[in-house]
Amino acid sequence: MQLSFKKARSRRPHPPATLVELHEGEHGVVDRLDLPEDITGRLMELGFLPGSRVTAARSAPGGDPRVFRVDGSEVALRRETAAHVRLRSHH
Amino acid sequence: MSESRATGTITTAAPPPPAAAPLPHVVAIVGPPNSGKSTLFNRLTGMRQKVANFPGVTVEQRMGRAKVAGREVYVIDLPGVYSLTPRSEDERVTHDVLHGEMEGVPKPEAILLILDSTNLARHLVLAAPILSLGIPTLVILNMADDLRARGGQVDVPSLAQHLGAPAALISATKGEGLDTVHKFLAGRVAVPAPVELPVIQDVPKCRQWAGRVGDRARYHPPAPPLWTRKLDALLLHPVKGPLIFAVVVVAVFQSIFSWARPLMDGLQGLIVASGGWLERLLPESPLRSLLTEGIWGGVGSVVVFLPQILLLFLFIGILEDSGYLARAALIADRTMARVGLQGKSFIPLLSAYACAVPAILATRTIESKRDRIATILIAPFMTCSARLPVYTLIIAAFLPERPLLGPLLGTRAAALLGLYLLGFLAAFLTASLLKSSILRSERAPFVLEMPPYRWPTLQSLGLRLLDRSKIFLRRAGTVILLVAIVLWGLAHLPLSGGKTPPIEDSLAGTIGRTVEPAIQPLGFNWKIGIGLITSLAAREVIVGTLGTIYGIEGDTQSVGLQAAVRKDLTIAGAVALLVFFAFAMQCMSTIAVVRRETGGWKWPAVQFAYMGGLAYAGAFIAYNLVRFLTS
Repeated sequence: MQLSFKKARSRRPHPPATLVELHEGEHGVVDRLDLPEDITGRLMELGFLPGSRVTAARSAPGGDPRVFRVDGSEVALRRETAAHVRLRSHH
Repeated sequence: MSESRATGTITTAAPPPPAAAPLPHVVAIVGPPNSGKSTLFNRLTGMRQKVANFPGVTVEQRMGRAKVAGREVYVIDLPGVYSLTPRSEDERVTHDVLHGEMEGVPKPEAILLILDSTNLARHLVLAAPILSLGIPTLVILNMADDLRARGGQVDVPSLAQHLGAPAALISATKGEGLDTVHKFLAGRVAVPAPVELPVIQDVPKCRQWAGRVGDRARYHPPAPPLWTRKLDALLLHPVKGPLIFAVVVVAVFQSIFSWARPLMDGLQGLIVASGGWLERLLPESPLRSLLTEGIWGGVGSVVVFLPQILLLFLFIGILEDSGYLARAALIADRTMARVGLQGKSFIPLLSAYACAVPAILATRTIESKRDRIATILIAPFMTCSARLPVYTLIIAAFLPERPLLGPLLGTRAAALLGLYLLGFLAAFLTASLLKSSILRSERAPFVLEMPPYRWPTLQSLGLRLLDRSKIFLRRAGTVILLVAIVLWGLAHLPLSGGKTPPIEDSLAGTIGRTVEPAIQPLGFNWKIGIGLITSLAAREVIVGTLGTIYGIEGDTQSVGLQAAVRKDLTIAGAVALLVFFAFAMQCMSTIAVVRRETGGWKWPAVQFAYMGGLAYAGAFIAYNLVRFLTS
């Protein structure tokens, strides 16, 4: 049961659609941010712009929040926020 | 703006531009968070600085004077911002000061824009809105040492040309490259021709512009900060991380007891010796009694705790300056979310271990208003440094020192740790109570940049300790001194037949005995009662008060404060007193700052009543529990 779960994690049927689906070490390219204007503005200032490459890094113990490497710095986001940062399907 | 922005590249030896704007008197330091603003500010102003608040808002304002070519320049250290879009209170302040719209703050005549050279492309985004202001600006690329060490580079003269503003590569921590900053302030740096800037409201456009400028200046970003990643792999490790944190905390508490001891003993010896010298020097008189019993006994017993408090501030300063605090907020976020708050609330709560007042000011970074009020309301539960004298006095008087975990942890440090946990628990439960009732709100998002780890600088730590010593000694010289004098007077009046009454019959004794029935259920007598009343001003005042009372009382005059306290409290009463101090809100400064931050008396009144009630109930339960267990 545990093993098959792990396998499913490494062989994903579709590419990650949002930041929250990235595993540690994986990266994706931001497509758009489906969030309220205030937080979108803040995230864009921190480098989460359409077209920028984001790499998932370490998370807090327990998996949430997670640190993301973007535009030369590291920014921590909760899962609930990361789930609304959509990634491009091809990059 | 001067019309003389026509000369070419920056050559440091260039003569001052003709018809230059008058030399700046007011300079603002602007930059993103973690770019080294405060380090530069400390470098420029040294000890000629003061911390105040911007009028009308809660954002802290640091102003200082710098000597530049024999001239004085006022330097304003503005809060860290990513843009000039006024989204948070910090950004509004920076925006208003730079536009000259902040009442009581002169409009800056020059700007030092400080950016992190190891992350230049993103930090340059801030250059667009700042340069658009039209105020003469020096673009400072900080962390030059880090950039070099990690193999990055940038062509500074070329960058200056493409920005249309002079630029300098410096290391504020190492003090490298500061001559250009001084030359700029002295008007001796040539200014390149202005360039066209992007529309500042459009973040993607600004970022593209910043990238282009960086490329043209042959900016080569450095390799990733490997040390930071290695440290994070350890400190954010699910098992090792929390374990390391626990060991560090335990070691801090042990050292507060053991390292500070020799210094405190030395200070105590000095105070006792000087008091004795004074007593021999002066003839028997009320003045001598006031000086030796009132002031030396009262103020002296508090001043002794300075080394301990400085040690605590040193540890907190290291945590703050090294970048660990952001990791602590990250780790704490899930737990904080459980009580309805977020990780950012954890940063003010950690600094409340030093003092609740700056902690309450630090809550301004919390965007949600309800979360901010909840954090303000629970901050005074965190064990501040003013509780330390009370805790150490009682613990040292009643608990013999025995090793628990070898040399790492003794019984006394463990008891202290327990009291810190008690405060934390009270804060936590209160937060959960507030957030599930009157301050319920939507979950606010948590977005926090993790800065690279950096070595704290000796200068910054030194300035923190100096600042704290000044505040502590000022308080000892004002509030505590005043309480000591008034108390001495009350303890010697009314005169009966020209003679001072026994202290029980004096005014102070009468006041103490009036409140005694109310506190007897907690195991406190009238002397502790007087201490509880005076400690409403500030917690550590009780130590001074007891020092004065025991100084006046003949029979306890010769024995130390610890031994005297042992005579007045049972073990159950001592535990009750500790619990009382863990919960009660005995601090005028905190009440005043909460009133100002929340804009009225409602919240401080609620907080005072709630914490007082909890303190009374907690002490009552503790007293009876310990009595039951020890009977």
